[in-house]
Amino acid sequence: MTPGSEISAPPSARLAIEQVSKSFETSRGRVHALDKVSLQVAEGEFVCLVGPSGCGKSTLLNMIAGLEQPTEGTVAAAGEPIRGPSRERMMMFQESALFPWLDALGNVMFSLKRKPGLTDQERRETADYYLKLVGLEKFRRANIHELSGGMKQRVALARALAPNPRVLLMDEPFAALDAMTREQLYGDLQRIWAQRHVTIVFVTHNVREAVCLGDRVVLFSPHPGRIREEFRVDLARPRDINSVEVAGYATRITRTLKDYLEHGAGI
Amino acid sequence: MKRLLSAFLFFALLVAAWHWAFAAGIWSPVLVPSPESVARYLWEVLRDGTLWDCSVVTMKRLLAGYVIGLLAGVPLGFLTARVQVLRDTLGVLALGLQGLPSVCWVPLALLWFGQTEGAMLFVVVMGTLWSVILATETGVRNVNPLYVRAANTMGSRGLHTWVFVMLPASLPFIVSGMKQGWAFAWRSLMAAEIYVTILTGFGLGHLLHYGRELNAMEQVVAIMLMIVLIGLLADKVLFSPWEKFLHRRWGTGK
Ligand SMILES: Nc1ncnc2c1ncn2[C@@H]1O[C@H](COP(=O)(O)OP(=O)(O)O)[C@@H](O)[C@H]1O
Ligand SMILES: [Mg+2]
Repeated sequence: MTPGSEISAPPSARLAIEQVSKSFETSRGRVHALDKVSLQVAEGEFVCLVGPSGCGKSTLLNMIAGLEQPTEGTVAAAGEPIRGPSRERMMMFQESALFPWLDALGNVMFSLKRKPGLTDQERRETADYYLKLVGLEKFRRANIHELSGGMKQRVALARALAPNPRVLLMDEPFAALDAMTREQLYGDLQRIWAQRHVTIVFVTHNVREAVCLGDRVVLFSPHPGRIREEFRVDLARPRDINSVEVAGYATRITRTLKDYLEHGAGI
Repeated sequence: MKRLLSAFLFFALLVAAWHWAFAAGIWSPVLVPSPESVARYLWEVLRDGTLWDCSVVTMKRLLAGYVIGLLAGVPLGFLTARVQVLRDTLGVLALGLQGLPSVCWVPLALLWFGQTEGAMLFVVVMGTLWSVILATETGVRNVNPLYVRAANTMGSRGLHTWVFVMLPASLPFIVSGMKQGWAFAWRSLMAAEIYVTILTGFGLGHLLHYGRELNAMEQVVAIMLMIVLIGLLADKVLFSPWEKFLHRRWGTGK
């Protein structure tokens, strides 16, 4: 894609996952990670995928990122089948996956390195802007091992946002953090999402987190991974994870989750 | 400053102990030279330029072979890590040959290249190459696969990923391989120089050899000192910057 076409016709970020199955060949035989999963994500929507571990959430996210291909079915972004990774869809991982050989600024600049039509000066300014957005302007020259877990994920967020993607894919990004740090990040993430109109697909196994962040919570069940149910969360933003409303939604979803875990997957 | 002082005191004491042991006349002066005679010899060869010339000859050989070993070893290490066939062939060969004491290359080098610079170069390259291949291979195989995935989503592909992600990510392993390669190359070059006379240039090893032939113990000891000093210097100049970088960025070691 030329830089020109990017400006004149921004592709719609709507994600369409149609009848997607994915299986892996392992030494223990075939593992069905996902079975006929369909999901639509609207432009600017914040969708949370919830489910116990092993139900294929990461696999689905990797396919949207273009890091893996479905065994069956299609995954499309803006009407185009996804063939590989693209800066239109940036990914954040549970471990920050920051590069230890670069400082914070260097890490954010890396995601702009291959973006055409930018001078080094512009790359630096853009990186600075995003470090500021996540509140780390004082730590631009810090080494990665000197940052706390929460700061690392902030740098990772800045790195993912810097190329200005239409879609942000987040795979349990806050799972390894303490509750206080997490709550700060919930606030920041909601603010940034509202400002930038980016589409977010957020994977978690924490139901409350999903309710606090998502417009929609999609519940997965394992063996093989399927979508069990969807919940729309109609609560005003910004939401507080400790509010009664969030707790109420979370209780309902958790009950459903428990139901099918107790009564088996074959309902 | 305090560290410098304690180091200085330690070596001063060492020389003093040596001096007293000599003065006490426990050993024959033919076998154990006095520190003064060693210093006198060093001063002499320093003044007439012999020491400098020989050091330059040795360092040139070492650096040439070392650089060749690095330039070949790092890419080969990448390939063995990535290509199954190469791992089963070149990888096994490297593992075997790395275990071979590098002195063992000297007789072979002599038969193949004769008493030439080529033989010296060959010995140094063989000392360096296998360690570097193995360390690079281990480094690449230990790269967190998440780094590569993250780089891919950021638009980095193919050669760009290798140079800007795989290479720096395996740096801690590569640097330790470089150190080991350097140590092996240094040892084997000294062995080669002591063992063989090469008319195109006298190195430190030759000076050591002639010291023995002439029964000049002060020469033998002085050259040994020089070899130790060059080893320390190389460590400071060649590896300290890398290790500082690793320490700063990764927060490891020190
Ligand atoms: N690369 C892979 N090779 C083999 N099996 C895999 C691979 N990736 C995922 N799986 C399997 O697919 C299933 C779903 O994995 P994953 O998507 O990581 O689940 P989740 O993220 O929901 O915990 C698991 O049973 C896992 O073992
Ligand atoms: Mg997962």
